[in-house]
Amino acid sequence: MKTILVGVKRVPDYNVRMRLKPDGGLATEGVKLSLNPFDEIALEEALRLKEKGLADEVVAVTIAPADALAQLRTALAMGATRAIHIVHTGPVEPLDVARLLLAVIQREPPLLVLLGKQAVDEDQGQTGQMLAALWNRPQATYASSIAIDGEVAHVNREVDAGTEQLDVDLPAVFTTDLRLNTPRYIKLPDIMKAKQKPLQSLTPAELGVNLRQRLKTVAYEAPPARAKGRMVADAAELVSQLRQRGVIK
Amino acid sequence: MDFSLTDEQQLIVKTTREFVENELYPHEKEVEDSGVLRPQLLASIRAKAMAAGLYAANMPTEVGGGGLDTVTWVLYEKELGRANYALHYCGVGRPSNILMACKGEQRERYLLPAVRGERTDCLALSEPGAGSDLRSMKTSAVRAGDDFVINGTKHFISHADHADFVILLAATSTDTSGKTPRKIMTAFLIDMGHPGFQVLPGYRNVSHRGYNNCILQFNDCRVPASAVLGEVGQGFEVANTWLGATRLQVAACCLGRADRALELAKRWAVDRVQFGQSIGKFQGIGFKLADMAVELRAAELLVLEAAWKKDQGTATDSDMAIAKLKATETLAMIADEALQIHGGMGLMSDLPLERIWRDARIERIWDGTSEIQRHIISRALLRPLGG
Ligand SMILES: Cc1cc2nc3c(=O)[nH]c(=O)nc-3n(C[C@H](O)[C@H](O)[C@H](O)COP(=O)(O)OP(=O)(O)OC[C@H]3O[C@@H](n4cnc5c(N)ncnc54)[C@H](O)[C@@H]3O)c2cc1C
Repeated sequence: MKTILVGVKRVPDYNVRMRLKPDGGLATEGVKLSLNPFDEIALEEALRLKEKGLADEVVAVTIAPADALAQLRTALAMGATRAIHIVHTGPVEPLDVARLLLAVIQREPPLLVLLGKQAVDEDQGQTGQMLAALWNRPQATYASSIAIDGEVAHVNREVDAGTEQLDVDLPAVFTTDLRLNTPRYIKLPDIMKAKQKPLQSLTPAELGVNLRQRLKTVAYEAPPARAKGRMVADAAELVSQLRQRGVIK
Repeated sequence: MDFSLTDEQQLIVKTTREFVENELYPHEKEVEDSGVLRPQLLASIRAKAMAAGLYAANMPTEVGGGGLDTVTWVLYEKELGRANYALHYCGVGRPSNILMACKGEQRERYLLPAVRGERTDCLALSEPGAGSDLRSMKTSAVRAGDDFVINGTKHFISHADHADFVILLAATSTDTSGKTPRKIMTAFLIDMGHPGFQVLPGYRNVSHRGYNNCILQFNDCRVPASAVLGEVGQGFEVANTWLGATRLQVAACCLGRADRALELAKRWAVDRVQFGQSIGKFQGIGFKLADMAVELRAAELLVLEAAWKKDQGTATDSDMAIAKLKATETLAMIADEALQIHGGMGLMSDLPLERIWRDARIERIWDGTSEIQRHIISRALLRPLGG
C-alpha cells in the first residue's frame, strides 16, 4: 500500500485578526478555526498524486483536542482516504509534533509525508525539518512543484535566489509553499460522504510518545500600529517622496 | 434547542461561499455593465458548478441531485444569493422541483436532463391580467381529441431566453360553483420552438441585470396529452405542493445579499473618516448598524425555522409567508441603510451596493407580493376564530 501521510492542523482562520486580552494572553474564545492553509495545499498535492495513480491512499493526521473533528472532516471531504486524530489538549511543540508523526510513520511507513511549510498560528516552520531528521530521511522544504518518478521525486523549492531543483530519494518529507497548487472546491456529495470515512482516534501515550514542554511563552505583543498613509497625486510625486525619504536612490 | 450548524453544514456553506467569491464575483461587473450573461460565460460557470457538485443541489439524490435537506439547502441558497442573480441562478442551476411531478418518459425528457444541467426550465404562471390572482388567468388549454390546444399570453417569465422548455399553467375549465368563477388549471411541459409557441423579449427593469423576463405567446399551440404534468385539473395543486419552497429560496437569497450589504456597511463605517473620526463612532451610524444586525438575525432565524419545520413536515403556508415577508423586507431595509451609510458613494455603480439596493426591490413583489404574504398570515390568524 503506497500511502501519503499529510499533516493537518487546526488554526485560527487566516482572516481573523487576533486580539490580546487585558491580561496579555491571546483572545481565542469564539475565534473561527480552520485548516492551516498550507496544510490544505499539502493535502491537495497528495490528492493530485493519488489521482495520477502514484499513491493508493492519502491519510490525514492531526494532533488536536477532541473537538477538532470538523477540521478532520474537512480533510476527508476534500478527498483524504482516512484520518488519524491524535487527541491532545494544550500546546504541542514542533519537536513533539515531529515525534508523534514519526510514531505514526513507524506504524505504517508511507511513501512520502507532506506538511505545510508552517502553520499560520505561530509560524514556527520547523516540524518538517525535525521530522526528516528524526526519521533519518531526506527533506525538501518550501516545495513549489513536486514530480514523482519511481523511487525519486523532483522538487522545485522557492529560495531567496530563485528556484532550487532537488532530486530526492523516497520516502521523504516535503513541506509546501503557497504556489504549489490551488486547493479544490470541496464537492457537495463528498461532504456528505466524509462521515462514512474511517477516522481513527489515538492518544500520545498509545503512540508511546511522552510530550514535554521545553518552550515557554514569555509574552504576546500586538504588532505596532501602522502609521497613517498619505495620498500622492501621481507616480512622479511617489518617486520623489520615496527619494526624499531615502527609500530609493 | 440546538442552533449550531453541523460539521457538514459548515463545510457546505464554506464551499458554496468560496465558489461564489472565486467564480461569480469576478464576473459581476461585466454582467452589471452589459446587462448580458454571455452564453460562453454561462456555460463555463455551469461546468464549474457541476464539477463542484453545487448544481441542482436542491434535487433529491434519487434523480442525481445533491439531496440537501431544507435547512442545509437554505444555507446554500443564502451563500449563492450574495452574487449577481443572473450569475448564480442561471450558472448554479436549481431546477424547479415541480419537475419531481414528472412521470414515465417525462423523467427522461425533462427531469433528469434538468438535474444534469443539460436542459433548463422556466415557469410560466403570471399574465398581464393575472398576477396575484392566478385563478383569473386567461391562457386556456382546450381538449381536441387526444391533444390540448393552448392560447394565451404569459408575461414576466424569468430566464425564458435561456430555457429549453417551459412549465406552463393554463386553465382547462372553470369552476362556477362559488361566488366568483375560478379557473381550474393544468400544468404542461412544452419545449421551446414547439409550433404555436413563441418567446418574445420582455420589459427592461430595475432589478437583476442580465436576468431577463420574457413574454410567452401561445397561438393554437397543439400539445399531446403526454405534455400534462401531474393530473388534468390539478395544476394549482401541483404548483402548491412543489412551489412553496421557492418562497424560502427567495428569502434565503435575500439573507445572503443583506449580509453582504451589512459587511460593506461595517467596513465603510470603520474606514470612512469625517469630523476627525470613523463615522461608525457616531451613534447615528453605529446604531443603524446595530439595528441592521438585529433585523438580519431575526430574519435568518425565521427562515431557518420555516426550513426546519419543512423538514419535520409541519411547515404551514403561513410559516413560508412569514419567512419570505421578513427576509425580503429586511433586505430592503438593510440595503437602504447600507447605502445611506456610504453617502453619495453608495449610489455609484463602482460598488456592489448600488445593485444590491436595486435588486432588493423585486424581492417584495415576485413569488407573492408582501401584501399577499400578509394576507396569508392574517388569514391563518383569523380563520380559526371564524373571522
Ligand atoms: C422581474 C420579474 C420576474 C418574474 N418572473 C416570473 C416568472 O418567472 N414566472 C411567473 O409566473 N411570474 C413571474 N413574475 C411575476 C410575479 O410573480 C408577479 O409580479 C407577482 O405575482 C405580482 O403580480 P403583479 O405584478 O401582476 O401584481 P398585481 O397582482 O397586479 O398586484 C398589484 C398590487 O396589488 C396588490 N394586491 C393584489 N391583490 C391583493 C390582495 N388580495 N390584497 C392586498 N393587496 C393586493 C399587490 O400586493 C400589489 O401591491 C415575475 C415578476 C417580475 C417583476
